[in-house]
Order: sequence, then C-alpha cells, then structure tokens
Amino acid sequence: MSTATTLPPEPQPDTLRTIARRFAHTAPPCDYWSLRLVDEVHEGLAVRDDVAEPSSIGASRGAMVTLVADGGVGYAATADLSSSGLAAAAERAARSAALHARLGLFDARVFPRTSLRVEYQSHVAQPWDQMTLADKLGLLTEACAGMDLGERVVERAAWLGHHRVHQLLVSSDGAHITQTLEHVHSGLAATAHIAGQTQTRTGGGRDHPGQGGLERLAATTLVDDAERVAAEAVALCEAPECPSGQMDLLLLPSQMTLQIHESIGHPLELDRILGDERNYAGLSFVTPDMFGTYRYGSSLLNVTFDPTLPGEVASYAADDEGQPAKRVHLIRDGILERPLGGELSQRRARLAGSACARASGWDRPPIDRMANINLEPNEEGLDDMIGRVERGVLMDTNRSWSIDDSRNKFQFGCELGRRIEDGELKGLVRNPGYRGVSAHFWRSLDGVGGRETLEVRGVRNCGKGEPNQSVYVGHASPPCLFRNIDVFGGGL
Amino acid sequence: MRPEAFFQLFEALQAGLGGEEILFAGLGGERSEFVRLNQNRVRQAGSVNAADLGLTLIRHGHQVEGSCPLGGDNEVDLARAQVLLRRLRERIAHVPEDPYLQYSTEPASSERCIDADLPSSEEAIGTLTDLADGLDLVGIWAAGGVMEGLASSLGHRHWHESRSFNLDWSCYLDRDKAVKASYSGFDWQPDVLAHKVNQQRAELSVLGHPERRIEPGRYRAYLAPAALAELMDLLAWGGFGLRDHRTQQTPLLRLATGETQLSPLLTVIEEHRRGLAPAFTGEGFVKPDQVSLIEEGWYQDCLADARSAKEYDTVVNAAAEYPESLAIAPGDLATADALRQLDTGILIGNLWYCNWSDRNACRMTGMTRFGTFWVEHGEPVAPLAVMRFDDSLYHLLGDRLEGLTRERELLLSAETYDGRSTDSALMPGALVSGVDLTL
Repeated sequence: MSTATTLPPEPQPDTLRTIARRFAHTAPPCDYWSLRLVDEVHEGLAVRDDVAEPSSIGASRGAMVTLVADGGVGYAATADLSSSGLAAAAERAARSAALHARLGLFDARVFPRTSLRVEYQSHVAQPWDQMTLADKLGLLTEACAGMDLGERVVERAAWLGHHRVHQLLVSSDGAHITQTLEHVHSGLAATAHIAGQTQTRTGGGRDHPGQGGLERLAATTLVDDAERVAAEAVALCEAPECPSGQMDLLLLPSQMTLQIHESIGHPLELDRILGDERNYAGLSFVTPDMFGTYRYGSSLLNVTFDPTLPGEVASYAADDEGQPAKRVHLIRDGILERPLGGELSQRRARLAGSACARASGWDRPPIDRMANINLEPNEEGLDDMIGRVERGVLMDTNRSWSIDDSRNKFQFGCELGRRIEDGELKGLVRNPGYRGVSAHFWRSLDGVGGRETLEVRGVRNCGKGEPNQSVYVGHASPPCLFRNIDVFGGGL
Repeated sequence: MRPEAFFQLFEALQAGLGGEEILFAGLGGERSEFVRLNQNRVRQAGSVNAADLGLTLIRHGHQVEGSCPLGGDNEVDLARAQVLLRRLRERIAHVPEDPYLQYSTEPASSERCIDADLPSSEEAIGTLTDLADGLDLVGIWAAGGVMEGLASSLGHRHWHESRSFNLDWSCYLDRDKAVKASYSGFDWQPDVLAHKVNQQRAELSVLGHPERRIEPGRYRAYLAPAALAELMDLLAWGGFGLRDHRTQQTPLLRLATGETQLSPLLTVIEEHRRGLAPAFTGEGFVKPDQVSLIEEGWYQDCLADARSAKEYDTVVNAAAEYPESLAIAPGDLATADALRQLDTGILIGNLWYCNWSDRNACRMTGMTRFGTFWVEHGEPVAPLAVMRFDDSLYHLLGDRLEGLTRERELLLSAETYDGRSTDSALMPGALVSGVDLTL
C-alpha cells in the first residue's frame, strides 16, 4: 500500500509575516530598508536503468536584509531568522553600506524604493502531493522501461521534480509583496552507442519547465515520449553526419529557446551594458545609443519581456526590487526598443527597462535577469516554411552552447537534425551545429511560425553574477527560418 | 557553525534512531563577505551566513535523502533536523531497495582546519582601489570561512574548514580588451597584489596597440595555464567519471579503448591530498591521496564515487565523478622561453564558454578572452580580436602538443553557485603547433 508523499509543511505566510513584523519593529535607523524572506521546498526523484536513484527532499529558508544609509547601500543574508539573527544581519548590512558610501559606484539615493502591495501565486490545478511517492516512482519506472530498446541503448534515465518558492518582500516604505511560485518538471534521456558513436536524445518535458502542478505532466508526455526518445538516440548513431556549408536553417522551438536566450536575452541585460558583468558573464555588443534605432533583426523579429503569461516559468507580479511587472516590447519589427534592466540599472543608465531585477535565492542580491523573453509568432505554418527551403537543415533540441563575452560570435549544437531538400523534409543527420554572429544572424530571419506553432519553454540553469546566481527563465517561440547560415556536423 | 555544535546536534539526532536505522549527516556552510566592483568602485557589498544539513537515512538496503537549513540556534536547528528525519522515515517505506547503496562501515575521523590572515573587506577593497587608481577594474572580492562536516551513526566524524580570500578581477582598456588576474589564498600580502596590478598595467600597454584581426584557420598558439584550465574544466564534464566511461559517454572513449593516444607529454592527476576539498566523501569514505587519470598520454583510471563503485564493482576514489583538485604534470619548457618557442602565433591568456562540438571526437569550441595577443618573433605585438576555436583535444593535447611549461599555476576556483567552491587546479602552460580558429 502506498501513502501520500509527505512534504515539509506549507510555508505559512503568517510565519513570514511575523518575522517581517518583528524586523520592522527593530530595524536600525537608516534611510531605507527592505527585507526579503524566502522559504523554498523541493523534491527530486529519478529512475536510471530501471533502478530508483535516492530520492531527495529539501528546504531552504532565509532572509536578505538591504539597508540604505548615509549614501551607501549594503546587504546581508542570513539563515538565522531570530530577532538577534536579523539584527546581526542588519549590522553587517550597515557595515557594507558604509563601504559602499565611501567607495560606491553610484550614489545610493538612486537605489529604488518600493511601497508596492501585491500578491501572486502560480496556478496549480493538481497539487504535487496528490500523487503518492510510490506512484511517482512507478511512473518514472514505466517511462524508463519504455526506453529499453535493447543493448544498443546504454543508459536510460527518467526524472521528476517539484520546486516551490514562497517569498515575502517588505520595506520601510510599506511594501508587502507575497509571491508563491511553484514548478513541476520532468524529463527523459536515452543514450545509445553503436560502433564508436554515442548519441543522447532527451524529451519528456526536459526543456519544458513551467509553473503549475502535476497537471503539467499531461503536456510533457513523460511515458508516451519514452520509446520515441530512445528510438531517435539509436537512429542518430546510425545517421550520417550533418552536412557542412552555407545553407538555410530551420530551428524548432526546442532550439529557439537557446537562440533567444543567448543572443537576445543576455545581450540586452542592462547590467552587462553598464559593465557590471565584465569580469565573469561578460559585456554586450549592444550599446546604450542603439535603443530606438538599431536594426537587431529582420522586420519579422518581435520580442517581448512578458512576466504576465500564465504558466510560463518566470511569470511574477513584481521583481525582487519590488517593481511591478508588465509586458513590454524589447524588439519591435526588428528595431531594438529597450533593454532588460531593473529600476536601479534604469536609473544608472537613464534608460527605460523592465521589472527584471531578480535574485536566485535569499542569499543573493537581485541583479538584472531575463524573466520570460518571448519571440512573438507571425502567421506561417511549419510545413510552409519547409516548403520554402531548397537546401537546408532542421534542428531540434539544444545540446551545446557557446558564445563570446560580447554575446556576438556564437556556436550552438543540437541533438537531432533533418535535411531539407527542395521543400521536403528528408533523413536524420547527427551532430548538427551552426555558427553565426548575433549582430547579423537575426537579420537573416525569413520565417516565423504562427500562433498554433508557438511553444512555451524555458531553461532552469541561467547563470551569471558575482557571487554566482542561477535562475529559471522562460522562452516562448514558434519555429523560425534563417537563410544562408554556416552549418556543420561532427568528426575529428 | 563550529564542529562541536554540529557533532552535538548529530548526537542528539542519533539518540532517536531505531536499531535498524543508519544515519549519515553532512553539513555545508559558509560565512562569506562579497564585494563586487565596477570601474574600480564598489557596485554591491554584502555578506552571507548560511548552513545546510543533509541527512541520508538507510534501513534494510533502502535509502532516502533530505536537507534543511540551519540558522545557528541549537534548539531550533535540532527541532528542524528532527522534523526532517521524521519525514525521511515516512518516505523510506515507499522507496524500493537500492542495489547501488554503498557507505563506509569503518568509522573514521579527521579534522582539517586551514586558517587565514584575512583583512577586512574595507581594508582589502581600499588597498585594491588605491593600487588600481585610474584603471577600469571590475571583479569580486570573496572572503571568509567555508566548512563541511560529516557524522554517521556508524561513528564517522569528519570536519573540514578553511578560511581564505579570493580576489578575481580584470582591467579593461576598451570594450572587450582586458587583462585578467586573481589573487587568492590564506596570507594577505598587499605587496603581492601590487605586483599583480602593476603587471596588468604593463599588459594593458600592449593592449593599447591597434587590434590584429586574423582569418579563420590553423595557428600556432601558447595557452597560458588559465586557458588550459578552461579546456580541462570542460573535459571534467563527463570525461573522467566511471559511469560516463561504462556507459560510453565519455569524450575520452577513443583514448580509453586505446584507439587514440594523447601526447606522451601529458600526465593528468586528481590530487586529493594537495587540494582544498574535504578528504572524505559524503558516504564516509576517505579519498586516496591521488588518482592517476592519464599517464604519458594513456588512460589510466576513472573517478568512482560510492554509487558507481558499487554498480561497477570497484573501489571508491572520489566524492563525485569529476575532478576537484586536478593537476597536469609539468613539462620542461621554461615559461620565460614559451613565447620564443612559439615564435609567431597566438598567446591565449584565457578561454571562455567552452562546450562540446562533438563529444565522440573530443572536439570542443570556445572563445578567446582576456589577454590574448598576436605574437611575432617571440614578442606580443598586438591584441587579437576575439576568435572562436573548434578543435579536438586529441590534437591540442595529442599530436599537436609541443610542450608543457616547467612552472605551474595554482588556480583556486572563484565559483560560488553552491557556496564558495573548494575546487582548485594546478596547471602548466601549453605550446601547440596549431589550433583551429573558425569564426
């Protein structure tokens, strides 16, 4: 007999509220303070080659204290949420503020203040704990078995996870922002090996993260996808190498996610443009004078920052500086309109941006991040785009990504390719890759799929910042056609 | 958290165990100060106090894992840990027996504390910004203590703690023209920092020369230790793990099967003893002093964690199946002579954003970044516009490897995604007869 999966208890908003109230009563004298309390739970389950991996549950709870005092701003993060723990954190934040006041890059008077009062909660139709632990493991076991196509498949894995973040942001100006983001994610990976060639194919929702509960599993087709994933891994081992040369490139949404992420999302981050990230994540080929005039891509290119799309992975009501989130165009008809920059970066750069200052957890301060960066659909069907290609390759599912520190020269690789000849889709090719330069690549955009081809996807490992931070980022896109791209395959 | 507090917490937790239960507890914590800099000014200044407790409950061949935060109040922390343990008990009845469960049954204990003479953030940043006056400096100061502990109901008691600083920065001339440096360790010496900043000023003077643009093609190159470390970082992603080898996913498969050999100049070792990472694994095993991975170009051994070692019936020799303390053995090329040996070609100071082009061929791509120069007759003459390479390690560390430097650099990881990393690498520079540039 199986029992319901037991999670740590629901984070009680009252508890966070109590902590916040306690801090407010004892906060040190300063020009402004904010307290961001974060309570997270997560669970991970996996089955590999029909054997359940150790299951894990986890929790994280802590506070980020930010103080503005005497022209400086400082932060301190602590897991000690007692009165004395928060007081000690406030003292540390005050010391950091003093250092910033003495040697700061900007006057702390530009630091954004918030008095916003708002609530946000992911829509969850089927809560995570409605399914038993045994049933979840049973589902994964079934999916793993579905990938067993014989000895040529050398490794099979299926996984399922849950993540819930409950956050309360309060400030000395009266802000009270409560947000609960909940995600269920799943995935499959099958690796095949034939005659010296190893190929891995993934599916089952691996690059389909989103907000919600177990109802998301229906969309990710965890079990139904298993045989296809394994069969394609085997077929890829025996497929010819992707051809090399200049040709047309049709990217499915599973690769567009990465293409948008690396060569639109990151270059438009205002903290990169301001130089904050130059020692680690890099800068950007985009400069402040380009906004409003620069042709980023062909007239088919329309890109939005949209933290309001229900179910997309990075939807929220307010960012971690407490600024209200709203949909804005970043690129309209190919022309660059505005950067991805939170309120602090906007004031430093004197540019309009977007509410996108986010922190990866309670132990990191917010920095400019993508949220949901979406490429807006046009009107063309996938078959219509294939029909317009004389010689090209269709590529599916990212597996390799590399781009220069200005986010310009890139090289990306995909799990699976298919040749396109004279308007028809042909056979599989393995190790497909392509190279380009962001500043030119988007101008070769010649086809954008219609709304019915749009897929809402994202990544769960977007890294940047010093100290390092990794966050979830959403990307929605239809398939897109690019002309005359440098395509290549594998081999020594 | 102090070791006695952690072990006391564990004793209290252990007191409630049933006779057939085995419990392993791991602690990870840090007390860190972080200061970000841009334009030689403070961009963000702050600090982080954090600690997490990880529990693994084992009963009759079943195991479950969980973690919870520790705030520092002993009573609250114990209550939190007890709640977690209760939840693990509820779960363990519903997970199948684990055939690859493995843990050390031999109780052992160790304590290693590396102390440091750390300046305050105010002092360190004040010194740095004074030294770099007039420079466009961007980077991060990270300093403080990192601690890891392990206790088990079988008697394991391990503690590893280190205090250190890690200053990682670059100085920009214009756009993507920059030189990078780091200063990390345990003994803060402003004179050492001054020397490094002065060295950067000299390098920046060469960066001021007109930029050289070159066409894609094959070029002779000298890879500085930091650049070679980037290649090895990518190779660490699946290159040395036992599971990756047995499932034929390692990019070194051709090497492991003997189909291909790397240069006889190349010896690669995981140096557990030299490294800064804990000497124990989460399952209570004590790591060997070192593991020889590649010896004179031939594959030797894999890194096997407890789970893989059980699955594939071998000995545990690592906490995880990727290197934490990698070293490449030195060669006989004097660093001072490296550019003369290069003659004409590229001095690659750093590489960036490496990833696989084709794992089957151990072929990787990445970008040049920071301190990369065109060299003529042994002298850097111009900064090089950033270039993409796409080449196989079977060439770069195989038939095209001409030499490794006698001197090596100890590179402490500046990574902080999951707390401040204790990874390190000991790398020589590498002279190669050709690297393929593609874009």
